[in-house]
Amino acid sequence: MAIALASTALFFAVIVVVVVNSAGWPEVKQAFFNGEIFDESFPEIRSAFLINVKIFCIAEVVILFTALGLAVLRSLPGPVFFPIRLLAIVYADFFRGIPTILLIYILGFGIPALQLEGVPTDEMFWGTVALVLVYTAYVSEVYRAGIESVHPSQNAAARSLGLSHGQSLRYVVIPQAVRRVIPPLLNDFIGLQKDTALVALLGVIEAFRQSQIDVASTFNYTPYLATALMFLIITVPMTRFTDWLIARDRKRRQAAGVAA
Amino acid sequence: MTEALRLAGVHKSFGKLEVLRGIDLAVEEHEVVCLIGASGSGKSTLLRCVNLLERVDAGRIVVLGDEITASGVDVNRIRRRIGIVFQAFNLFPHMSVLENVTLGPRKALGVPRAQAEEEAAALLERFGLADKRDEYPDRLSGGQQQRAAIVRALAMKPDIMLLDEVTSALDPELVGEVLDVIRDLAAGGMTMVIATHEMGFARETASRVCFLDEGVILEEGPPAQIFSTPREPRTQQFLQRILQARRL
Repeated sequence: MAIALASTALFFAVIVVVVVNSAGWPEVKQAFFNGEIFDESFPEIRSAFLINVKIFCIAEVVILFTALGLAVLRSLPGPVFFPIRLLAIVYADFFRGIPTILLIYILGFGIPALQLEGVPTDEMFWGTVALVLVYTAYVSEVYRAGIESVHPSQNAAARSLGLSHGQSLRYVVIPQAVRRVIPPLLNDFIGLQKDTALVALLGVIEAFRQSQIDVASTFNYTPYLATALMFLIITVPMTRFTDWLIARDRKRRQAAGVAA
Repeated sequence: MTEALRLAGVHKSFGKLEVLRGIDLAVEEHEVVCLIGASGSGKSTLLRCVNLLERVDAGRIVVLGDEITASGVDVNRIRRRIGIVFQAFNLFPHMSVLENVTLGPRKALGVPRAQAEEEAAALLERFGLADKRDEYPDRLSGGQQQRAAIVRALAMKPDIMLLDEVTSALDPELVGEVLDVIRDLAAGGMTMVIATHEMGFARETASRVCFLDEGVILEEGPPAQIFSTPREPRTQQFLQRILQARRL
């Protein structure tokens, strides 16, 4: 422990000394680490970040259900359901294949331009829809891996009791699958939280857009740093939490292996 | 006597591998039929076909007058009348013993929770698992898990029980407690088809023993005859090998 601490301290001390003594440091310090500008822009960026929080909170709740639905459709057995399975596969391939940024542009500018009656024209709405579509494809693959990791004998045991395919999924397979996929699922959500910054491209004034505005008015990059800090405040604890879940899961499985 | 189960000309292949090659078998109510034979002779596949976990390729299976291999049959309704217990227990690891036992009655039969739990508690009591009702499967010994799996099947009040090598995954000292449960069921008149490697148990409990070899029932008869004076050379060989293995 002490050795780790000392080595870490030394490592960062060396980096700091090298950076601070570099030729360009005074300019960089002025452009990126300006305390005054930070204090000025931070409150605005913090309130703009609430938009990001709102987007990913709504998107995550929706994705939890749409992705599970997609995974279930893809696991339907028998030749009758082939068209549905095919559609689910095409969906997952398409939305994982298309760059998120393009989809945000296409939906955010394309659909309001159609001027359809009753269809929302709000940029934030379409930006969120684009994120939901893309991340549903990713998260459904995570769910699917979870469903496939549950041994077929579990399904056989449930079906042998006279439970239908749906009941077997609902009570036996999915509860076990979801437990196993929580870590990778949270991992995708960390990606989603960062990608909320892409909605700025539609003109939504969220944290990233707000910092661009501040940068443009001060000719100083410090507001970007403030935005980065906001994202880190949210994503780092979630990353740590995910790793903790993974470690706990591994420990449990090892304990179960010993017992069996 | 009423016929509980009849198989006529049942065939089943997995790809090119023909596992069942024309099985004919009739089981009366309250009969205990033991299936013996080497691994891969088709015992498990036969049981899984009766429970419609596998679809037969040809032939008919009739359960208490219902042809279950007919097209358009409601498989869930059939399975509710047939209990199956697996070699690997297959308890649901995320549910307590009580939840394992009540899931079928509650969700497949629509029994109210209170009633299902009361009936489950009575069954667990009967098979010495009353104090394990709130435990999760991984906290139980293999023998306890298998007894819980039997109770789970019994909770559906099945007409027929299928037991697929239910002691094969157990430590030797735990085999006895599970066999005791099956003897208890046999004494109670439960119709059972049992795939087993426990020859002593088959000899003493079975009303009839069937020897499976390469996907057909080569020989069947009362246990005394099969074990003492088997007709077929293949049966003699099989029993000889079992006897030798026991001596080692």
